[in-house]
Amino acid sequence: MSTIDAKQTSVPESRSRWQRYAHAHHWRSQAEEFDGCKLGFWLFLSTEVLLFGGIFCGYTLFRSMYPAAWAEGSSSLDWKIGAFNTAVLLISSYTMAVSIYCIQTGKQARARANLAVTFLLGASFVILKLALEYIPKWSGYFCVLDPALHHHASMIVEGKTAFFGLFQFVEGYGGKRPGMLFDYPFAVDPRMPVWWAIYYCGTAIHAAHVLIGMALIARVWWLAGKGTYGPTYYAGVEITGLYWHLVDLIWIFLFPLLYLIH
Amino acid sequence: MSAHTHATPHAHHGGSYLESKGSFWTNVIDWATTVDHKKIGVMYLFAILFMFFLGGVAALAVRLELLDPVRAVTDGAGKVMITGQLFGAADANSIASGNDTYNVLFTLHGAIMVFMVIVPSVPGSLGNFVLPLMLGAKDVAFPRVNLLSWYIYVVGSIFAVTSIILGGVDTGWTFYTPYSTTTALGEPKVVLMVLGAFILGFASILTGLNFIVTVHKLRAPGMGWFDMPLFVWGIYSSAIIQVLATPVIGITLLLLAFERFTRIGIFDPALGGDPVLFQHFFWFYSHPVVYVMILPGMAIISELIGVHSHKKIFGYRAVAFASLGIAGVSFIVWGHHMFTSMSEVASTIFSGLTFLVAIPTAVKVFNWIGTLYKGSISLNTPMLYALIFLFTFSIGGLTGLPLGTLSTDLHLHDTYFVVAHFHYVMMGGTIMAMIGGIHHWWPKMFGKMYNERWGMIGAIVVFIGFNVTFFTQFFMGTRGMPRRYASYVQEFQIWHQVSTIGSLILLVGFLIHLFVLVQSLLAGRKAPKNPWGGLTLEWLADSPPEEHNFAHEPIVQCGPYDYDTHVPHHWDPKDYQIPEENLRTTAAH
Repeated sequence: MSTIDAKQTSVPESRSRWQRYAHAHHWRSQAEEFDGCKLGFWLFLSTEVLLFGGIFCGYTLFRSMYPAAWAEGSSSLDWKIGAFNTAVLLISSYTMAVSIYCIQTGKQARARANLAVTFLLGASFVILKLALEYIPKWSGYFCVLDPALHHHASMIVEGKTAFFGLFQFVEGYGGKRPGMLFDYPFAVDPRMPVWWAIYYCGTAIHAAHVLIGMALIARVWWLAGKGTYGPTYYAGVEITGLYWHLVDLIWIFLFPLLYLIH
Repeated sequence: MSAHTHATPHAHHGGSYLESKGSFWTNVIDWATTVDHKKIGVMYLFAILFMFFLGGVAALAVRLELLDPVRAVTDGAGKVMITGQLFGAADANSIASGNDTYNVLFTLHGAIMVFMVIVPSVPGSLGNFVLPLMLGAKDVAFPRVNLLSWYIYVVGSIFAVTSIILGGVDTGWTFYTPYSTTTALGEPKVVLMVLGAFILGFASILTGLNFIVTVHKLRAPGMGWFDMPLFVWGIYSSAIIQVLATPVIGITLLLLAFERFTRIGIFDPALGGDPVLFQHFFWFYSHPVVYVMILPGMAIISELIGVHSHKKIFGYRAVAFASLGIAGVSFIVWGHHMFTSMSEVASTIFSGLTFLVAIPTAVKVFNWIGTLYKGSISLNTPMLYALIFLFTFSIGGLTGLPLGTLSTDLHLHDTYFVVAHFHYVMMGGTIMAMIGGIHHWWPKMFGKMYNERWGMIGAIVVFIGFNVTFFTQFFMGTRGMPRRYASYVQEFQIWHQVSTIGSLILLVGFLIHLFVLVQSLLAGRKAPKNPWGGLTLEWLADSPPEEHNFAHEPIVQCGPYDYDTHVPHHWDPKDYQIPEENLRTTAAH
């Protein structure tokens, strides 16, 4: 038998799950349980910060060791794609916060709608990242919004566009594939691969966090549909929100470091 | 302890947590899906003991190899390497192949003992079992996360064991780059071992996180911070380190695995990476983590000495703050593992900081001795282990000072002096404390008393074996015997032989303990609620505790060591005396 079966108070079945939920048996009250969950989650978030701390540490060290490679590397990223994705994540953080507010004020339907929007924005972040950044790098072409503004403008690949012509491809590294297992004898600076290592590790581990966050959002969206959360019980939504904001925050550091500083 | 209000007699008295739930498979499923901290603690205990056995086999193989100084010049002259023969080197008679097997075995010994035994040992087993009971709680804060932590531990260990089956890793337990990024490329075993350690890190993080929240939020009514037993303070301090240091090794090992898969440089200098960055990352975790290993050991010793001296512990707050102090200092001394890869200024600073560790550690040792002084000491197995700990750990601590001093470290580093030093703190500290703790809480965990006489004999044999094994290594180290070599010059042979004999005595000691504990499970006398006369809350629960720990929530009315003002509850002093039948042989003489 499980020892953490939630205690059910004796209110009628007709009331929602959040109204019937008291607390797991080993807590004294719902307030203490909520406090405990939040404390535990903040501790977990501190481990996430330390995890990414390793990437930021490596970035700082190698930037000081190989400034030329860093300049070349960051200039091969398109800041417009990065900025667009930053906006996507910032908006998703806003909708996440709104959904928590809606749960707290008893607007279940609106909360679920906001959760759904947050999920979709997270999905678009990952899709944009794959379609406009990772895959072009693996295929050997850069995908840019406006090739005329890009210093690779001379290498536009005619007839190859993405997103209904919005994006165009330019050849990178003479058609070699800089992202593909870093087979790099073509790189101008022999230290370029170190840049790519930091770029891929940082953004891929971040993207993995986005996917985990999306799974958490899908979970609370589904549970909210069953009436699990309400004004007196919303720990799951709150914690998912904390996680999502952290994922957003890490990107806010990654974006300028990788895309904006040359 | 009058900590228990009997105003409302509890109608329902739950069965013991060990009670059978039905058929064999029902019980298997019940244990596999349990969220009860006691069952998870017991499962951790057995998993850790199994890994301890594996790590011990590797250690004995290494010691057996060192009986004889096999050298390259004797190749083909009839001499063969023992480890090569025992563990199936590709060409059992070749020295090179035998050396590889030797490298694999000491790496496995180190990696298993550090990542799979000592780091999770006390928090995972005794911490899980005892900490909520001591706080008067029904469970840890997040019971499901607790179970998840155990499964993560098992999965991580399976990764490591798979790596062993595939031939093992010879990188040393520190996985130093560039060796770990270039050796056995194209084979999965190094990545498996590295990912195993990475996964085990999560088990450690989740356990630590659970304990911190439990201590903050689930203390019994009336229990302030300074009413907590010192065991809780020690586990709490080590939990802080587990949460804050482990993510760093997580990202490091992940980057190392990534580097091996893709061959891009992060740590490998040939690819533009920085091996010193790896060392910084590794020791930024692995130095604090030696305090994850020792703080729970110290936590146990505080209990053993307090309870078995039946005396108010000397300097409660000093010991509590020393735990936090050690946790704090642990984060600023990692550089003393890398004196050779840093500037002189940085080395000097780290050397100076290293000495800070000695202060809170010595505070603890002196307070324990102060507690023993004029205490009403019952000399039993747990107390014996506490005394052994004071002896071995003090030697381990003091021999750390010449290693932290730059000038003497120049001579001593990478010698057997280092090996002896960290075995005196890791094994002489944590493992000794853990065996003492297992005997101390054994009656509570399984409801059975063990044979005190044979327990004490086992402790004495372990003590002798331990010192014979490792004290000799101090002598070898000061004379220049380097670590991690299968062969050596003739003058060291006698030391190595004594050390190997010591390791066999150790083995006998552990086997005695094994038999004592198995005999206790099979035919032990039923344990009373409070066999040692402890004042902490776990001694209010049944032995073994019922499923929800306490019939009703205990209310704390006295401090954990107030022996001067309170009489322990449910305590019959006869309980801790050595039973008549065990004394029979002594009386006959």
